[in-house]
Amino acid sequence: MSADTATPPAATAAVLALADDALILSHRLGEWAGHAPVLEEEVALANIALDLLGQARVLLSMAGDEDELAFLREERAFRNLQLVEQPNGDFAHTIARQLYFSLYQHELYTELAAGDGPFAPLAAKAVKETAYHRDHAEQWTLRLGDGTEESRRRMRAALDALWKYTGEMFRPVDGLDVDPAALEARWLAALGRVLEQAGLSLPEGPRTGAWAAGAGREGLHTEPFGRLLAEMQHLHRSHPGASW
Amino acid sequence: MVAVTPETGTSGGVDGGSAGLGAQLRADFDAAVAADERVEPRDWMPEEYRASLVRQMAQHAHSEIIGMQPEANWITRAPSLRRKAILMAKVQDEAGHGLYLYSAAETLGTSRDELLDKLHSGKQKYSSIFNYPTLTWADVGAIGWLVDGAAITNQVPICRCSYGPYARAMVRICKEESFHQRQGYELLLALSKGTEAQHAMAQDAVDRWWWPSLMMFGPPDDESVHSAQAMAWRIKRHSNDELRQRFVDIAVPQAESLGLTLPDPDIKWNEERGHYDFGAIDWAEFWDVLKGNGPCNEQRISQRRRAHEEGAWVREAATAYAQKHTGTGREVEA
Repeated sequence: MSADTATPPAATAAVLALADDALILSHRLGEWAGHAPVLEEEVALANIALDLLGQARVLLSMAGDEDELAFLREERAFRNLQLVEQPNGDFAHTIARQLYFSLYQHELYTELAAGDGPFAPLAAKAVKETAYHRDHAEQWTLRLGDGTEESRRRMRAALDALWKYTGEMFRPVDGLDVDPAALEARWLAALGRVLEQAGLSLPEGPRTGAWAAGAGREGLHTEPFGRLLAEMQHLHRSHPGASW
Repeated sequence: MVAVTPETGTSGGVDGGSAGLGAQLRADFDAAVAADERVEPRDWMPEEYRASLVRQMAQHAHSEIIGMQPEANWITRAPSLRRKAILMAKVQDEAGHGLYLYSAAETLGTSRDELLDKLHSGKQKYSSIFNYPTLTWADVGAIGWLVDGAAITNQVPICRCSYGPYARAMVRICKEESFHQRQGYELLLALSKGTEAQHAMAQDAVDRWWWPSLMMFGPPDDESVHSAQAMAWRIKRHSNDELRQRFVDIAVPQAESLGLTLPDPDIKWNEERGHYDFGAIDWAEFWDVLKGNGPCNEQRISQRRRAHEEGAWVREAATAYAQKHTGTGREVEA
Protein backbone atom coordinates (compact mmCIF):
# COMPACT_ATOMS: atom_id res chain seq x y z
CA MET A 1 0.00 0.00 0.00
CA SER A 2 1.04 3.59 -0.40
CA ALA A 3 2.38 5.14 2.77
CA ASP A 4 0.00 8.07 2.78
CA THR A 5 -3.24 6.19 2.17
CA ALA A 6 -5.85 7.70 4.43
CA THR A 7 -8.41 4.90 4.24
CA PRO A 8 -6.71 1.51 4.15
CA PRO A 9 -8.50 -1.69 3.04
CA ALA A 10 -10.20 -3.66 5.80
CA ALA A 11 -7.43 -6.22 6.36
CA THR A 12 -4.86 -3.46 6.60
CA ALA A 13 -7.04 -1.40 8.92
CA ALA A 14 -6.83 -4.08 11.59
CA VAL A 15 -3.10 -4.56 11.12
CA LEU A 16 -2.45 -0.85 11.40
CA ALA A 17 -4.70 -0.49 14.43
CA LEU A 18 -2.75 -3.11 16.37
CA ALA A 19 0.63 -2.05 14.97
CA ASP A 20 0.19 1.65 15.63
CA ASP A 21 -1.01 1.08 19.21
CA ALA A 22 2.17 -0.86 19.92
CA LEU A 23 4.45 1.50 18.01
CA ILE A 24 3.20 4.67 19.62
CA LEU A 25 2.95 3.37 23.17
CA SER A 26 6.46 1.97 22.82
CA HIS A 27 7.64 5.41 21.76
CA ARG A 28 6.02 7.07 24.76
CA LEU A 29 7.56 4.53 27.13
CA GLY A 30 10.92 5.11 25.47
CA GLU A 31 10.69 8.73 26.58
CA TRP A 32 11.04 7.54 30.18
CA ALA A 33 14.62 6.37 29.62
CA GLY A 34 16.81 8.21 32.10
CA HIS A 35 13.82 9.73 33.91
CA ALA A 36 12.26 6.82 35.82
CA PRO A 37 11.60 7.12 39.57
CA VAL A 38 13.75 4.12 40.43
CA LEU A 39 16.36 2.07 38.59
CA GLU A 40 14.21 -1.08 38.49
CA GLU A 41 11.60 0.91 36.56
CA GLU A 42 14.18 2.01 34.00
CA VAL A 43 14.56 -1.68 33.25
CA ALA A 44 10.85 -2.54 33.45
CA LEU A 45 9.56 0.32 31.29
CA ALA A 46 12.24 -0.33 28.68
CA ASN A 47 11.29 -3.99 28.72
CA ILE A 48 7.67 -3.21 27.97
CA ALA A 49 8.65 -0.66 25.33
CA LEU A 50 10.83 -3.27 23.63
CA ASP A 51 8.08 -5.89 23.66
CA LEU A 52 5.68 -3.43 22.09
CA LEU A 53 8.20 -2.33 19.49
CA GLY A 54 8.76 -5.98 18.60
CA GLN A 55 5.02 -6.49 18.14
CA ALA A 56 4.77 -3.32 16.06
CA ARG A 57 7.55 -4.44 13.74
CA VAL A 58 5.94 -7.82 13.06
CA LEU A 59 2.57 -6.20 12.44
CA LEU A 60 3.85 -3.39 10.25
CA SER A 61 5.72 -5.91 8.15
CA MET A 62 2.39 -7.64 7.51
CA ALA A 63 1.18 -4.40 5.93
CA GLY A 64 4.31 -3.27 4.08
CA ASP A 65 7.77 -1.89 4.82
CA GLU A 66 8.04 -1.24 8.56
CA ASP A 67 10.15 1.89 8.28
CA GLU A 68 8.14 3.39 5.46
CA LEU A 69 4.98 2.90 7.48
CA ALA A 70 6.46 4.21 10.72
CA PHE A 71 8.40 7.16 9.39
CA LEU A 72 6.68 8.31 6.23
CA ARG A 73 2.98 8.26 7.05
CA GLU A 74 1.28 11.50 7.92
CA GLU A 75 -0.55 11.94 11.19
CA ARG A 76 -3.99 11.33 9.66
CA ALA A 77 -2.91 7.90 8.38
CA PHE A 78 -2.05 6.55 11.86
CA ARG A 79 -4.71 4.25 13.35
CA ASN A 80 -3.64 4.06 16.99
CA LEU A 81 -5.93 4.77 19.90
CA GLN A 82 -5.78 8.29 21.24
CA LEU A 83 -5.06 6.72 24.63
CA VAL A 84 -1.58 5.50 23.69
CA GLU A 85 -0.45 8.82 22.25
CA GLN A 86 -1.24 10.74 25.45
CA PRO A 87 1.88 12.29 27.01
CA ASN A 88 3.55 10.40 29.85
CA GLY A 89 2.58 12.90 32.54
CA ASP A 90 3.70 11.82 36.00
CA PHE A 91 4.36 8.18 36.83
CA ALA A 92 0.71 7.73 37.86
CA HIS A 93 -0.46 8.84 34.40
CA THR A 94 1.91 6.41 32.77
CA ILE A 95 0.69 3.60 35.01
CA ALA A 96 -2.97 4.46 34.44
CA ARG A 97 -2.36 4.44 30.68
CA GLN A 98 -0.54 1.11 31.01
CA LEU A 99 -3.32 -0.34 33.13
CA TYR A 100 -6.08 0.63 30.71
CA PHE A 101 -4.14 -0.46 27.66
CA SER A 102 -2.47 -3.63 28.87
CA LEU A 103 -5.74 -5.02 30.24
CA TYR A 104 -7.29 -4.35 26.85
CA GLN A 105 -4.37 -5.71 24.87
CA HIS A 106 -4.09 -8.80 27.04
CA GLU A 107 -7.78 -9.63 26.71
CA LEU A 108 -7.67 -8.91 22.98
CA TYR A 109 -4.57 -11.01 22.28
CA THR A 110 -5.85 -13.85 24.43
CA GLU A 111 -8.89 -14.00 22.19
CA LEU A 112 -6.90 -13.62 18.96
CA ALA A 113 -4.43 -16.30 20.05
CA ALA A 114 -7.28 -18.75 20.56
CA GLY A 115 -8.65 -18.16 17.05
CA ASP A 116 -7.23 -19.14 13.67
CA GLY A 117 -7.15 -15.72 12.04
CA PRO A 118 -4.11 -13.93 10.61
CA PHE A 119 -3.14 -12.55 14.02
CA ALA A 120 -3.11 -15.87 15.88
CA PRO A 121 0.65 -16.57 15.56
CA LEU A 122 1.64 -13.09 16.70
CA ALA A 123 -0.97 -13.07 19.45
CA ALA A 124 0.24 -16.41 20.81
CA LYS A 125 3.65 -14.89 21.47
CA ALA A 126 2.42 -11.44 22.44
CA VAL A 127 -0.03 -12.74 25.01
CA LYS A 128 2.87 -13.82 27.22
CA GLU A 129 4.35 -10.36 26.99
CA THR A 130 1.06 -8.61 27.65
CA ALA A 131 0.49 -10.79 30.71
CA TYR A 132 3.67 -9.29 32.15
CA HIS A 133 2.71 -5.75 31.11
CA ARG A 134 -0.63 -6.24 32.80
CA ASP A 135 0.93 -7.56 35.96
CA HIS A 136 3.38 -4.66 36.06
CA ALA A 137 0.56 -2.12 35.71
CA GLU A 138 -1.61 -3.91 38.28
CA GLN A 139 1.20 -4.14 40.82
CA TRP A 140 1.90 -0.43 40.53
CA THR A 141 -1.80 0.43 40.67
CA LEU A 142 -1.97 -1.39 44.00
CA ARG A 143 1.11 0.40 45.30
CA LEU A 144 0.01 3.84 44.18
CA GLY A 145 -3.62 3.35 45.20
CA ASP A 146 -2.77 1.84 48.55
CA GLY A 147 0.53 3.64 49.21
CA THR A 148 0.56 7.19 50.53
CA GLU A 149 -2.10 9.88 50.44
CA GLU A 150 -0.21 11.64 47.70
CA SER A 151 0.17 8.54 45.53
CA ARG A 152 -3.51 7.78 45.91
CA ARG A 153 -4.47 11.33 44.91
CA ARG A 154 -2.19 11.21 41.87
CA MET A 155 -3.38 7.77 40.79
CA ARG A 156 -7.01 8.81 41.06
CA ALA A 157 -6.36 11.98 39.04
CA ALA A 158 -4.58 9.96 36.36
CA LEU A 159 -7.32 7.35 36.10
CA ASP A 160 -9.90 10.13 35.79
CA ALA A 161 -7.93 12.08 33.21
CA LEU A 162 -7.47 9.14 30.86
CA TRP A 163 -10.87 7.56 31.35
CA LYS A 164 -12.43 9.39 28.43
CA TYR A 165 -9.99 7.71 26.03
CA THR A 166 -10.96 4.17 26.99
CA GLY A 167 -14.27 3.87 25.15
CA GLU A 168 -12.48 3.89 21.82
CA MET A 169 -10.85 0.53 22.53
CA PHE A 170 -14.20 -1.19 22.12
CA ARG A 171 -15.27 0.25 18.79
CA PRO A 172 -15.38 -2.42 16.07
CA VAL A 173 -12.34 -2.48 13.79
CA ASP A 174 -12.64 -3.79 10.23
CA GLY A 175 -10.81 -7.08 9.91
CA LEU A 176 -10.47 -7.68 13.64
CA ASP A 177 -12.47 -10.76 14.46
CA VAL A 178 -13.48 -10.11 18.07
CA ASP A 179 -16.71 -9.27 19.83
CA PRO A 180 -16.13 -5.74 21.16
CA ALA A 181 -18.98 -5.89 23.66
CA ALA A 182 -17.71 -9.08 25.25
CA LEU A 183 -14.18 -7.70 25.26
CA GLU A 184 -15.39 -4.57 27.01
CA ALA A 185 -17.27 -6.57 29.62
CA ARG A 186 -14.15 -8.59 30.46
CA TRP A 187 -12.04 -5.44 30.52
CA LEU A 188 -14.42 -3.65 32.87
CA ALA A 189 -14.62 -6.63 35.20
CA ALA A 190 -10.84 -7.01 35.37
CA LEU A 191 -10.29 -3.30 35.84
CA GLY A 192 -12.94 -3.17 38.56
CA ARG A 193 -11.20 -5.96 40.48
CA VAL A 194 -7.79 -4.27 40.41
CA LEU A 195 -9.14 -0.88 41.36
CA GLU A 196 -11.15 -2.32 44.20
CA GLN A 197 -8.11 -4.11 45.58
CA ALA A 198 -6.18 -0.84 45.33
CA GLY A 199 -8.89 0.95 47.28
CA LEU A 200 -9.86 2.90 44.19
CA SER A 201 -13.05 2.89 42.16
CA LEU A 202 -13.95 3.05 38.50
CA PRO A 203 -13.87 6.67 37.36
CA GLU A 204 -17.17 8.31 36.62
CA GLY A 205 -17.92 10.26 33.50
CA PRO A 206 -18.37 9.38 29.88
CA ARG A 207 -15.96 7.05 28.11
CA THR A 208 -16.90 8.19 24.68
CA GLY A 209 -17.62 11.58 23.26
CA ALA A 210 -18.43 12.94 19.85
CA TRP A 211 -14.72 13.53 19.31
CA ALA A 212 -13.10 10.66 21.19
CA ALA A 213 -15.32 7.79 20.04
CA GLY A 214 -13.25 5.76 17.62
CA ALA A 215 -11.35 8.83 16.56
CA GLY A 216 -7.78 7.50 16.62
CA ARG A 217 -8.84 4.44 14.67
CA GLU A 218 -10.19 6.82 12.04
CA GLY A 219 -7.02 8.89 11.92
CA LEU A 220 -8.14 11.75 14.14
CA HIS A 221 -5.60 12.37 16.88
CA THR A 222 -4.89 14.77 19.70
CA GLU A 223 -2.46 17.69 19.49
CA PRO A 224 0.45 16.03 21.30
CA PHE A 225 0.54 13.33 18.63
CA GLY A 226 1.76 15.68 15.92
CA ARG A 227 4.77 16.62 18.02
CA LEU A 228 5.46 12.98 18.80
CA LEU A 229 5.57 12.21 15.08
CA ALA A 230 7.67 15.27 14.31
CA GLU A 231 10.31 14.01 16.71
CA MET A 232 10.05 10.38 15.68
CA GLN A 233 10.12 10.98 11.93
CA HIS A 234 12.44 13.96 11.60
CA LEU A 235 15.78 12.21 11.12
CA HIS A 236 14.45 9.51 8.82
CA ARG A 237 12.70 12.09 6.64
CA SER A 238 15.77 14.34 6.54
CA HIS A 239 17.68 11.72 4.54
CA PRO A 240 15.28 10.45 1.87
CA GLY A 241 16.19 7.01 0.60
CA ALA A 242 19.10 6.53 3.01
CA SER A 243 19.75 3.20 4.74
CA TRP A 244 20.53 3.10 8.43
CA MET B 1 39.93 -16.69 51.84
CA VAL B 2 40.67 -15.23 55.31
CA ALA B 3 38.10 -16.65 57.71
CA VAL B 4 36.95 -14.16 60.33
CA THR B 5 33.82 -13.57 62.33
CA PRO B 6 31.17 -11.53 60.55
CA GLU B 7 31.41 -8.80 63.20
CA THR B 8 35.06 -8.25 62.47
CA GLY B 9 34.34 -8.42 58.79
CA THR B 10 31.63 -5.80 58.80
CA SER B 11 33.39 -3.41 61.14
CA GLY B 12 36.32 -3.57 58.79
CA GLY B 13 38.74 -2.22 61.37
CA VAL B 14 41.63 -3.92 63.04
CA ASP B 15 41.48 -1.94 66.25
CA GLY B 16 38.73 -4.02 67.83
CA GLY B 17 41.09 -6.87 68.61
CA SER B 18 44.63 -6.87 69.85
CA ALA B 19 47.34 -5.31 67.73
CA GLY B 20 48.72 -8.78 67.08
CA LEU B 21 45.45 -10.05 65.69
CA GLY B 22 45.19 -6.96 63.46
CA ALA B 23 48.66 -7.46 62.07
CA GLN B 24 47.97 -11.13 61.45
CA LEU B 25 44.70 -10.36 59.62
CA ARG B 26 46.47 -7.82 57.49
CA ALA B 27 49.28 -10.21 56.67
CA ASP B 28 46.80 -12.95 55.76
CA PHE B 29 44.85 -10.54 53.59
CA ASP B 30 47.94 -9.34 51.76
CA ALA B 31 49.10 -12.91 51.19
CA ALA B 32 45.69 -14.02 49.89
CA VAL B 33 45.46 -11.08 47.47
CA ALA B 34 49.01 -11.67 46.29
CA ALA B 35 48.10 -15.31 45.64
CA ASP B 36 45.15 -14.10 43.49
CA GLU B 37 42.52 -15.41 45.88
CA ARG B 38 39.15 -13.70 45.86
CA VAL B 39 38.07 -11.49 48.74
CA GLU B 40 34.43 -12.10 49.67
CA PRO B 41 32.03 -9.79 51.55
CA ARG B 42 32.37 -11.47 54.95
CA ASP B 43 36.14 -11.68 54.81
CA TRP B 44 38.26 -9.29 56.80
CA MET B 45 39.65 -6.48 54.67
CA PRO B 46 41.59 -3.29 55.40
CA GLU B 47 39.39 -0.25 55.71
CA GLU B 48 41.26 1.49 52.88
CA TYR B 49 40.65 -1.48 50.58
CA ARG B 50 36.95 -1.32 51.34
CA ALA B 51 36.82 2.44 50.83
CA SER B 52 38.77 2.23 47.60
CA LEU B 53 36.40 -0.43 46.23
CA VAL B 54 33.31 1.51 47.25
CA ARG B 55 34.71 4.58 45.52
CA GLN B 56 35.50 2.70 42.32
CA MET B 57 32.31 0.61 42.18
CA ALA B 58 30.12 3.61 42.96
CA GLN B 59 31.81 5.64 40.26
CA HIS B 60 31.30 2.78 37.86
CA ALA B 61 27.60 2.39 38.79
CA HIS B 62 27.06 6.16 38.53
CA SER B 63 28.70 6.13 35.09
CA GLU B 64 26.24 3.49 33.92
CA ILE B 65 23.18 5.46 34.95
CA ILE B 66 24.46 8.89 33.88
CA GLY B 67 25.66 7.24 30.68
CA MET B 68 22.05 6.38 29.84
CA GLN B 69 21.32 10.06 29.22
CA PRO B 70 23.39 10.89 26.13
CA GLU B 71 22.11 7.80 24.34
CA ALA B 72 18.51 8.03 25.55
CA ASN B 73 18.66 11.45 23.92
CA TRP B 74 18.32 9.63 20.57
CA ILE B 75 15.78 6.89 21.35
CA THR B 76 12.83 8.97 20.19
CA ARG B 77 14.64 10.01 17.01
CA ALA B 78 16.22 6.72 15.94
CA PRO B 79 15.98 6.61 12.14
CA SER B 80 14.76 3.01 11.75
CA LEU B 81 12.75 0.68 13.96
CA ARG B 82 15.61 -1.82 14.06
CA ARG B 83 18.00 0.86 15.33
CA LYS B 84 15.42 2.04 17.80
CA ALA B 85 15.06 -1.45 19.27
CA ILE B 86 18.84 -1.88 19.53
CA LEU B 87 19.29 1.49 21.21
CA MET B 88 16.48 0.91 23.70
CA ALA B 89 17.94 -2.46 24.60
CA LYS B 90 21.37 -0.90 25.07
CA VAL B 91 20.13 1.86 27.35
CA GLN B 92 18.18 -0.77 29.28
CA ASP B 93 21.36 -2.81 29.68
CA GLU B 94 23.04 0.21 31.20
CA ALA B 95 20.31 0.52 33.82
CA GLY B 96 20.81 -3.20 34.51
CA HIS B 97 24.57 -2.69 34.89
CA GLY B 98 23.87 0.09 37.36
CA LEU B 99 21.70 -2.32 39.33
CA TYR B 100 24.37 -5.06 39.48
CA LEU B 101 27.04 -2.60 40.48
CA TYR B 102 25.03 -0.89 43.21
CA SER B 103 24.15 -4.34 44.54
CA ALA B 104 27.80 -5.39 44.44
CA ALA B 105 28.74 -2.19 46.29
CA GLU B 106 26.08 -2.93 48.92
CA THR B 107 28.03 -6.05 49.89
CA LEU B 108 30.61 -3.65 51.31
CA GLY B 109 28.17 -2.20 53.81
CA THR B 110 26.92 0.81 51.88
CA SER B 111 23.49 1.32 50.30
CA ARG B 112 22.24 2.41 46.91
CA ASP B 113 20.46 5.40 48.49
CA GLU B 114 23.64 6.53 50.19
CA LEU B 115 25.61 6.23 46.96
CA LEU B 116 22.95 8.05 44.93
CA ASP B 117 22.98 10.87 47.47
CA LYS B 118 26.72 11.18 46.98
CA LEU B 119 26.27 11.28 43.21
CA HIS B 120 23.57 13.93 43.47
CA SER B 121 25.59 16.08 45.85
CA GLY B 122 28.73 15.80 43.71
CA LYS B 123 30.72 13.92 46.36
CA GLN B 124 31.17 10.98 44.02
CA LYS B 125 31.95 11.20 40.34
CA TYR B 126 30.98 9.44 37.15
CA SER B 127 33.01 9.02 34.00
CA SER B 128 33.73 12.44 32.52
CA ILE B 129 33.05 11.18 29.01
CA PHE B 130 29.32 11.55 29.62
CA ASN B 131 29.75 15.28 30.00
CA TYR B 132 30.03 15.52 26.23
CA PRO B 133 26.84 15.98 24.18
CA THR B 134 25.33 13.63 21.58
CA LEU B 135 24.67 16.06 18.76
CA THR B 136 23.84 13.75 15.88
CA TRP B 137 22.66 10.18 15.34
CA ALA B 138 26.24 9.19 14.49
CA ASP B 139 27.22 10.00 18.07
CA VAL B 140 25.27 6.91 19.13
CA GLY B 141 27.60 4.89 16.92
CA ALA B 142 30.72 6.69 18.13
CA ILE B 143 29.76 6.07 21.74
CA GLY B 144 29.29 2.38 21.04
CA TRP B 145 32.48 1.95 19.08
CA LEU B 146 34.84 4.25 20.97
CA VAL B 147 33.39 4.85 24.43
CA ASP B 148 32.19 1.30 24.98
CA GLY B 149 35.35 0.05 23.30
CA ALA B 150 37.46 2.01 25.78
CA ALA B 151 35.24 0.87 28.64
CA ILE B 152 35.72 -2.78 27.66
CA THR B 153 39.49 -2.35 27.51
CA ASN B 154 39.31 -0.93 31.03
CA GLN B 155 36.81 -3.44 32.35
CA VAL B 156 37.88 -6.82 31.05
CA PRO B 157 40.77 -6.93 33.55
CA ILE B 158 38.29 -6.13 36.35
CA CYS B 159 36.70 -9.55 35.74
CA ARG B 160 39.83 -10.78 37.58
CA CYS B 161 39.60 -8.14 40.31
CA SER B 162 40.41 -9.36 43.83
CA TYR B 163 36.94 -8.51 45.17
CA GLY B 164 34.59 -11.37 44.25
CA PRO B 165 31.23 -9.59 43.86
CA TYR B 166 32.77 -6.89 41.66
CA ALA B 167 34.63 -9.42 39.52
CA ARG B 168 31.50 -11.51 38.99
CA ALA B 169 29.33 -8.50 38.12
CA MET B 170 31.95 -7.49 35.57
CA VAL B 171 31.85 -10.83 33.77
CA ARG B 172 28.25 -10.28 32.79
CA ILE B 173 28.68 -6.58 32.13
CA CYS B 174 31.61 -7.18 29.79
CA LYS B 175 29.61 -9.63 27.69
CA GLU B 176 26.91 -7.03 27.16
CA GLU B 177 29.45 -4.25 26.56
CA SER B 178 30.96 -6.24 23.78
CA PHE B 179 27.56 -6.36 22.06
CA HIS B 180 27.27 -2.59 22.58
CA GLN B 181 30.64 -2.02 21.00
CA ARG B 182 29.76 -4.12 17.96
CA GLN B 183 26.45 -2.34 17.41
CA GLY B 184 28.27 1.01 17.51
CA TYR B 185 30.80 -0.15 14.95
CA GLU B 186 28.08 -1.55 12.73
CA LEU B 187 26.03 1.65 13.01
CA LEU B 188 29.03 3.74 11.96
CA LEU B 189 29.82 1.34 9.13
CA ALA B 190 26.31 1.78 7.72
CA LEU B 191 26.73 5.56 7.87
CA SER B 192 30.24 5.53 6.47
CA LYS B 193 29.12 3.47 3.49
CA GLY B 194 25.86 5.41 3.15
CA THR B 195 25.17 8.76 1.53
CA GLU B 196 27.67 11.59 1.54
CA ALA B 197 25.74 13.32 4.32
CA GLN B 198 25.73 10.14 6.42
CA HIS B 199 29.46 9.63 5.91
CA ALA B 200 30.12 13.23 6.97
CA MET B 201 27.95 12.71 10.04
CA ALA B 202 30.00 9.65 11.02
CA GLN B 203 33.33 11.42 10.49
CA ASP B 204 32.20 14.41 12.53
CA ALA B 205 31.17 12.16 15.42
CA VAL B 206 34.51 10.33 15.40
CA ASP B 207 36.33 13.68 15.30
CA ARG B 208 34.52 14.78 18.43
CA TRP B 209 34.64 11.50 20.41
CA TRP B 210 38.17 10.25 19.72
CA TRP B 211 40.14 12.40 22.16
CA PRO B 212 37.65 12.24 25.02
CA SER B 213 37.67 8.44 24.59
CA LEU B 214 41.45 8.36 25.06
CA MET B 215 41.00 10.42 28.23
CA MET B 216 38.70 7.72 29.64
CA PHE B 217 41.75 5.72 30.73
CA GLY B 218 42.56 8.44 33.21
CA PRO B 219 45.63 10.63 33.64
CA PRO B 220 49.09 9.42 32.65
CA ASP B 221 50.57 6.88 35.05
CA ASP B 222 52.85 9.38 36.78
CA GLU B 223 49.84 11.59 37.67
CA SER B 224 47.34 8.91 38.68
CA VAL B 225 46.74 9.11 42.43
CA HIS B 226 44.94 5.84 43.04
CA SER B 227 46.70 3.56 40.59
CA ALA B 228 49.62 2.16 42.56
CA GLN B 229 47.60 1.02 45.56
CA ALA B 230 44.76 -0.32 43.37
CA MET B 231 47.29 -2.39 41.46
CA ALA B 232 48.87 -3.76 44.63
CA TRP B 233 45.42 -4.82 45.80
CA ARG B 234 44.65 -6.44 42.46
CA ILE B 235 41.65 -4.19 41.98
CA LYS B 236 43.42 -2.82 38.94
CA ARG B 237 45.64 -5.01 36.78
CA HIS B 238 47.19 -2.69 34.20
CA SER B 239 48.27 0.93 34.24
CA ASN B 240 46.28 3.72 32.57
CA ASP B 241 48.87 4.19 29.86
CA GLU B 242 49.11 0.47 29.10
CA LEU B 243 45.36 0.24 28.65
CA ARG B 244 45.25 3.40 26.55
CA GLN B 245 47.91 1.97 24.22
CA ARG B 246 46.01 -1.30 23.96
CA PHE B 247 42.87 0.64 22.95
CA VAL B 248 44.69 2.71 20.32
CA ASP B 249 46.23 -0.44 18.85
CA ILE B 250 42.78 -1.96 18.42
CA ALA B 251 41.01 1.21 17.23
CA VAL B 252 43.40 2.30 14.49
CA PRO B 253 42.84 -0.69 12.15
CA GLN B 254 39.11 -0.60 12.94
CA ALA B 255 38.94 3.04 11.85
CA GLU B 256 40.59 2.02 8.57
CA SER B 257 37.99 -0.71 8.02
CA LEU B 258 35.27 1.81 8.74
CA GLY B 259 36.67 4.18 6.14
CA LEU B 260 36.91 6.94 8.75
CA THR B 261 39.89 9.04 9.80
CA LEU B 262 41.02 9.42 13.40
CA PRO B 263 41.65 13.11 14.15
CA ASP B 264 45.33 12.69 15.02
CA PRO B 265 47.99 13.24 12.34
CA ASP B 266 50.62 11.69 14.62
CA ILE B 267 49.15 8.21 14.56
CA LYS B 268 51.62 5.84 12.93
CA TRP B 269 52.84 2.31 13.43
CA ASN B 270 56.07 2.06 15.43
CA GLU B 271 57.85 -1.10 14.35
CA GLU B 272 60.31 -0.95 17.19
CA ARG B 273 57.68 -0.68 19.94
CA GLY B 274 55.20 -2.93 18.18
CA HIS B 275 52.51 -0.32 18.87
CA TYR B 276 50.91 2.70 17.24
CA ASP B 277 52.35 6.04 18.28
CA PHE B 278 49.81 8.76 18.83
CA GLY B 279 49.72 12.49 19.53
CA ALA B 280 49.68 14.36 22.82
CA ILE B 281 46.43 14.41 24.77
CA ASP B 282 45.11 17.78 25.90
CA TRP B 283 45.08 17.09 29.62
CA ALA B 284 43.99 20.64 30.39
CA GLU B 285 40.64 19.77 28.80
CA PHE B 286 40.44 16.55 30.81
CA TRP B 287 40.96 18.31 34.14
CA ASP B 288 38.63 21.11 33.17
CA VAL B 289 35.75 18.74 32.32
CA LEU B 290 36.48 16.75 35.46
CA LYS B 291 36.22 19.92 37.53
CA GLY B 292 32.71 20.47 36.22
CA ASN B 293 33.31 22.69 33.20
CA GLY B 294 32.40 20.24 30.44
CA PRO B 295 29.56 20.97 28.03
CA CYS B 296 27.00 18.84 29.89
CA ASN B 297 28.10 18.43 33.53
CA GLU B 298 25.31 20.60 34.86
CA GLN B 299 22.69 19.15 32.53
CA ARG B 300 23.49 15.52 33.37
CA ILE B 301 23.45 15.91 37.11
CA SER B 302 20.37 18.14 37.05
CA GLN B 303 18.42 15.58 35.07
CA ARG B 304 19.51 12.84 37.47
CA ARG B 305 18.49 14.90 40.50
CA ARG B 306 15.20 15.86 38.91
CA ALA B 307 14.31 12.24 38.09
CA HIS B 308 15.17 11.27 41.64
CA GLU B 309 13.21 14.10 43.23
CA GLU B 310 10.19 13.69 40.97
CA GLY B 311 10.22 9.97 41.72
CA ALA B 312 10.34 10.42 45.50
CA TRP B 313 6.57 10.09 45.93
CA VAL B 314 6.60 6.85 43.92
CA ARG B 315 9.32 5.30 46.07
CA GLU B 316 7.51 6.46 49.22
CA ALA B 317 4.30 4.86 47.99
CA ALA B 318 6.07 1.56 47.31
CA THR B 319 7.63 1.61 50.78
CA ALA B 320 4.33 2.49 52.46
CA TYR B 321 2.57 -0.29 50.58
CA ALA B 322 5.24 -2.82 51.53
CA GLN B 323 4.98 -1.84 55.17
CA LYS B 324 1.20 -2.17 55.17
CA HIS B 325 1.26 -5.52 53.46
CA THR B 326 4.21 -7.21 55.05
CA GLY B 327 3.12 -5.86 58.42
CA THR B 328 5.51 -6.77 61.18
CA GLY B 329 7.33 -9.27 59.00
CA ARG B 330 10.24 -6.94 58.44
CA GLU B 331 10.66 -6.24 62.13
CA VAL B 332 10.71 -9.93 62.91
CA GLU B 333 13.43 -10.44 60.36
CA ALA B 334 15.47 -7.57 61.73
